[in-house]
Amino acid sequence: MNYSVNGAQAYCYTGGKAFDAAKPTVVFIHGVLNDHSVWILQSRYLAHHGWNVLAVDLPGHCRSGGEAPSTVEEAADFIGTLLDAAGVANAALVGHSWGSLIALEAASRLQERIHHLVLVGTAFPMKVSPLLLETSISDPMKALEMINVFSRSTLAAPPSALGPGTWVFGAGMALGRRVLDSNTEVNVFHRGFKACNDYGNGLQAMAAVRCPVLFVLGAQDQMTQEKAAKPLIDAARASDKSVTVVSLPVGHHQMNETPDATLFAIRDFLTTE
Amino acid sequence: MSGYADPGFDTLALHAGASPDPATGARAVPIHLTTSFVFESSEHAQSLFNLERAGHVYSRISNPTNAVLEQRVAALEGGIGAITTASGQAALHLCIATLMGAGSHIVASTALYGGSQNLLHYTLRRFGIDTTFVPPGDIDAWRAAVQPNTKLFFGETVGNPGLDVLDIPTVAALAHEHGVPLLVDSTLTSPWLMQPLALGADLVYHSATKFLSGHGTVIGGIVVDGGSFDWASAFARSGKFSELAAPYEGFHNMNFSEESTVGAFLLRARREGLRDFGACMSPHSAWLILQGVETLGLRMERHMRNTEKVVQFLASQSFVGRVGHPLLESHPSYGLAQKLLPRGAGSVFSFDLKGNREQGKKFIETLKIFSHLANVGDCRSLVIHPASTTHFRMTDEALAGAGITQGTIRLSIGLEDADDLIDDLKRALKAAEKAGAQ
Repeated sequence: MNYSVNGAQAYCYTGGKAFDAAKPTVVFIHGVLNDHSVWILQSRYLAHHGWNVLAVDLPGHCRSGGEAPSTVEEAADFIGTLLDAAGVANAALVGHSWGSLIALEAASRLQERIHHLVLVGTAFPMKVSPLLLETSISDPMKALEMINVFSRSTLAAPPSALGPGTWVFGAGMALGRRVLDSNTEVNVFHRGFKACNDYGNGLQAMAAVRCPVLFVLGAQDQMTQEKAAKPLIDAARASDKSVTVVSLPVGHHQMNETPDATLFAIRDFLTTE
Repeated sequence: MSGYADPGFDTLALHAGASPDPATGARAVPIHLTTSFVFESSEHAQSLFNLERAGHVYSRISNPTNAVLEQRVAALEGGIGAITTASGQAALHLCIATLMGAGSHIVASTALYGGSQNLLHYTLRRFGIDTTFVPPGDIDAWRAAVQPNTKLFFGETVGNPGLDVLDIPTVAALAHEHGVPLLVDSTLTSPWLMQPLALGADLVYHSATKFLSGHGTVIGGIVVDGGSFDWASAFARSGKFSELAAPYEGFHNMNFSEESTVGAFLLRARREGLRDFGACMSPHSAWLILQGVETLGLRMERHMRNTEKVVQFLASQSFVGRVGHPLLESHPSYGLAQKLLPRGAGSVFSFDLKGNREQGKKFIETLKIFSHLANVGDCRSLVIHPASTTHFRMTDEALAGAGITQGTIRLSIGLEDADDLIDDLKRALKAAEKAGAQ
């Protein structure tokens, strides 16, 4: 489904179901060099179990036009404008990696409009190594391989996004190449990483969030190590929110290497008050 | 990098797709000989059928043993995933049937396995899919053959049995310039010799019966998707590939390209192709092929070493005319093989005897170690006369296009001691030469 946001087309995958204003809405936000399709299983399931799903391609990524966001704050503004364009009064936000920071910042800005916040593979600060930042410009293919190596935790993933026979590492590489190629104006790899690296408002944003928060972390995650989420978890608990932390035996490919466990964690959380 | 997170070829050949069985601790991949899989609940069943969750339903569509083989070969090829099929021919058919219907057109190399040539030249024409055949090395011919309804370029990594090396980077670039994918049959090279996806091909398939299995025990095929071809953009530009980029009434109006940015082909090929055509692989076959894949690197190394010795021997024999292997500078693909196949151009090749048909017959019947049969890629050495067997339905013109004459003998070099193979060939050559003098 396409919306017009800030004068550009914004694509959202709706999970194979038409948008229904009577249903609650959940917005899925992808990370760097990803798009809506990383959420294929979780979003399709929820769309068929009582939810409106908007799994967005961020601006300048794949099916969405517009300028790729340079900062987490810009991307968070986009999410708010997208909700307005879709006529969504309130929603749950689910973000992965960079998308988790965008979801966090958006939730802090949108206040009561956000009733659940899910942060998958998150960290704060989300510092990116200088080598990776530099390589994302000088040799994006090498950097893409590095992040996929750092992201995986198994050579034998269960049936995944493409069903049985999915080679998650190869799928991650192919999607990264496609997303990078989808924007000929901007290196969205470097821009996304820099946005993660530069974001400094995480703790204040968490303090301002008004809804329950779920953390879905990977015990073997080398991109956003589990311990690196602690400052956000502490900030959430310090501000008297309902906080749930789920640790999965997985790396940074939570949605594809542990698709069911990730889905169930999100599903169960979304049904809590 | 190296290690578990970034393993090399041989480690992937042993570990990709498999871990010790959580239920029993079995280290080897179990054979899941079951037609179907119990649902946890009605809701679980519905979710699996609707692709909301991933899992196994019925072994025609997927099976845990097959899934290991699929992940493993996808890993070795550098793809995003794979689908096992009943045979290599079923794999080719699955690719074509997923991408097009009646009124479509394919541009294909003339240097194809006889079965593939039959499928394209005769059988698919009956279903309204036309093919123009072009010499694999003639890039202008590939270009000139493109029609408004062309949906696919297709060739073999090395042609069977002439070993014409397909210039994949150039042919892939041309295919993409015309908005169509390149499919290659990589049976004769295996991922150990070449990874076509890295060179620009979009889809790769194997007759897994051959080198992947390697032991002449099982029939099977496998298709690997590189996830590189942008079906949605091609559809937006040309209206082609609506099969992958427009809602499909036959599967809940699913638009496969929306579901998966890079995996639309695999989604439809499994959900429609295996569901409706049903040319699936038995889990037992998958297990047998896995046994072969685990030693692919070791075997291919030996195949290449033996082939080099046999080629050198044959090239030195006065009763042998042309030896068609790119190891020799005389081969038209020598330069391309050096560039694209640095580990070797395969162990299946042909040569011509300087004799008549009867002498050819004597040669084959005298061999004791080489087995006279219609297969290649076995661990045992094999021999056949293509013009009267594997390629016998082809016209003389088509045979010439594939580099085959009436005197051509095809060898598949196995893993025996090279000296024994050479001794076997030496005796047979002597007997054939003597037969001509009688």
